[in-house]
Amino acid sequence: MKAKVYVTLKRSVLDPQGKAVHQALGSMGFPEVKDVRMGKYVELELGALDKTQAEGKIKTMCEKLLANTVIEEYRYELS
Amino acid sequence: MKFGVVVFPGSNCDHDCHHVLKNVLGLDTEFIWHKTNDVSKFDCLILPGGFSYGDYLRTGAIARFSPVMDAVKRHAEKGKLVIGICNGFQILLEAGLLPGAMLRNNSLQFICKFVHLRVENTDNPFTRNLKKGQVLSVPVAHGDGNYFADEATLADLEKNDQVLVRYCDAEGQTTPESNPNGSARNIAGIVNKSKNVFGLMPHPERASEKEMGSLDGLGIFHSILQTA
Repeated sequence: MKAKVYVTLKRSVLDPQGKAVHQALGSMGFPEVKDVRMGKYVELELGALDKTQAEGKIKTMCEKLLANTVIEEYRYELS
Repeated sequence: MKFGVVVFPGSNCDHDCHHVLKNVLGLDTEFIWHKTNDVSKFDCLILPGGFSYGDYLRTGAIARFSPVMDAVKRHAEKGKLVIGICNGFQILLEAGLLPGAMLRNNSLQFICKFVHLRVENTDNPFTRNLKKGQVLSVPVAHGDGNYFADEATLADLEKNDQVLVRYCDAEGQTTPESNPNGSARNIAGIVNKSKNVFGLMPHPERASEKEMGSLDGLGIFHSILQTA
């Protein structure tokens, strides 16, 4: 089983990197970009687990290490 | 009073702290390797600055899982003293020993310069030798020092006198211009509720000898000694 984890700053937290990239895209001639949020992408190769087991474990991994829930939120896909 | 300076892989201010404590102040000081899980002989622990574990994932995020951190937690629970400086502060935040988190500096630049700090509260072991409102000159050196906490946490910190130092100008005014990194409410250093765990981004150990351009960092170490 494979898990894809996406970690981004919460909406309520200012993202200085996203802001800088947004400005750069604007000066490249892409005024249609209204907002940019930067984040992290983590791929986890998991052994044989059923979906419920995997979800429980991934939530713990995200809450304890992969994301800092004071400033970040996460979502994941299992395949 | 026995001091311990924790060494993580990637710490790089450990020797500076050790030098100031041992050679400048003449204190009983030892290094503590991060694999140690017993720190019971120490009275005050310093988590020094640097780039522990290469700042991978987030600053302090991996160091928090070093074996020594369980011992640091037990040490703190006993009411003994802990100071996290720069990366050490980031580790204390990640470990949940202090509230809040660090974001990238709002300028996106690594900042390395002297800043002014205003002493906000002195009823604690770390600033008791200083005067409320006193302005210190101490250097910062970080890329992720933009302190963040939600409004409820910030209100709590203020109410309990947990903000110990704020970025300010030479006159002691906390202006947006004197805030080097975008920190909430110009916060440069906070203490936990029980006032025995202190984290700050500026480096007092780099302002502890005449040759370094400032002696203002010594005030913090002198405060701790007065506690003993």
